[in-house]
Amino acid sequence: MASDQDETRLAGLMRAALNGDETAYAAFLRAAATLVRASTARRVRGHAAISVEDIVQETLLAIHLKRDTWRSTEPILPWLFTIARYKAIDAFRRRGMRIELPVEDFAESLAAPETGASFEDTQHIEHAVGSLSGGQQTVVRAIALEGRTIAETANALHMKETAVRVAFHRGLSTLAQKFGRQT
Amino acid sequence: MKTDDLIARLAVDPRPARLSPGSALILAVTASALLAALLMLTTIGPRPDIAAAAMTWRFDFKFVVTVTLALSAFALVRNALYPEGLRGPVLWLALAAPAVLLGGVAIELLSLPTATWAMAAIGKNARLCLSIVPALGIVPLALILWGVRQGAPTRPALTGFFAGLLAGGIAATFYAANCTDDSPLFVLTWYPLSILALGLVGALAGKVALKW
Repeated sequence: MASDQDETRLAGLMRAALNGDETAYAAFLRAAATLVRASTARRVRGHAAISVEDIVQETLLAIHLKRDTWRSTEPILPWLFTIARYKAIDAFRRRGMRIELPVEDFAESLAAPETGASFEDTQHIEHAVGSLSGGQQTVVRAIALEGRTIAETANALHMKETAVRVAFHRGLSTLAQKFGRQT
Repeated sequence: MKTDDLIARLAVDPRPARLSPGSALILAVTASALLAALLMLTTIGPRPDIAAAAMTWRFDFKFVVTVTLALSAFALVRNALYPEGLRGPVLWLALAAPAVLLGGVAIELLSLPTATWAMAAIGKNARLCLSIVPALGIVPLALILWGVRQGAPTRPALTGFFAGLLAGGIAATFYAANCTDDSPLFVLTWYPLSILALGLVGALAGKVALKW
């Protein structure tokens, strides 16, 4: 099982993140990615058609967009496991496969040690970004794929920073919905 | 794209200023109740003898059942807003309204002569009950589904079903003030049919509308 230490650390990071601490939030997402990757890798073994990293990225995006559904009075790991499981099942279903993922299983597999290998670079998000509408695509491409800051993007596109932030956020939401809807 | 890059980008995407999922649901339920009340009062209205009816246990008991349903379904839907919320003991709440109703039915069976059971169960307003409850409940169901969408339900069909029960509980509460059939036997025979119809619509709609 994932440890009490994980619980305390992740809950602390997320609490800071929800108060606007970007560094804590990045640390939270990295830790979440590690946990989700370990569990997903074990599940996906033998299903060559599924990329573990695709599922990890879809899960991170879901966690990001639904982070206000974590109640800070509740433990964070069950929240995280349930989202990861939901997204893994969704990923399998979209590829025409069924998978049974008991919740308990998911929690246990999270104890799997990280392999430390470098992770594949996927084209999954690039494909999805390509299907966004014009304005959202430009902004999401600049920030998410090319790594420009909000300020740079605003300058380059002659937009206000707030408008860029809104377009980026909407673009991410649309991306997540596309993952959810593809059949 | 590398996962580390994705993380770096997500970390700078600020939290949007929007309604918390819990507030969105309360807003949706409040609007639902107001809408159902308005629809009821402007169309069918309460029964003319409502003051006298309120003195009888059978009339009042209808509200005990429908309000129990609305409250328990609200608690279930509220839990469904959170990914890990709709699991474990909270699911027993689904049995609250049926249990209360069956208790009332037992009392009714003991107090009515056997020969009148069928008449009490069939009543005079079955068709109205079957049409008015879904009619009062369908827009509330849509509102409640919108509210739940602001959260992260991980069991879309079950959540949609409970949303249907909540809409049904609200609709049945207002319909009960109009209906002149008060026997728990009538309530047992017809109310669940129209409420479960809303539950079924909710489950089917939820499978599509509650995905994220």
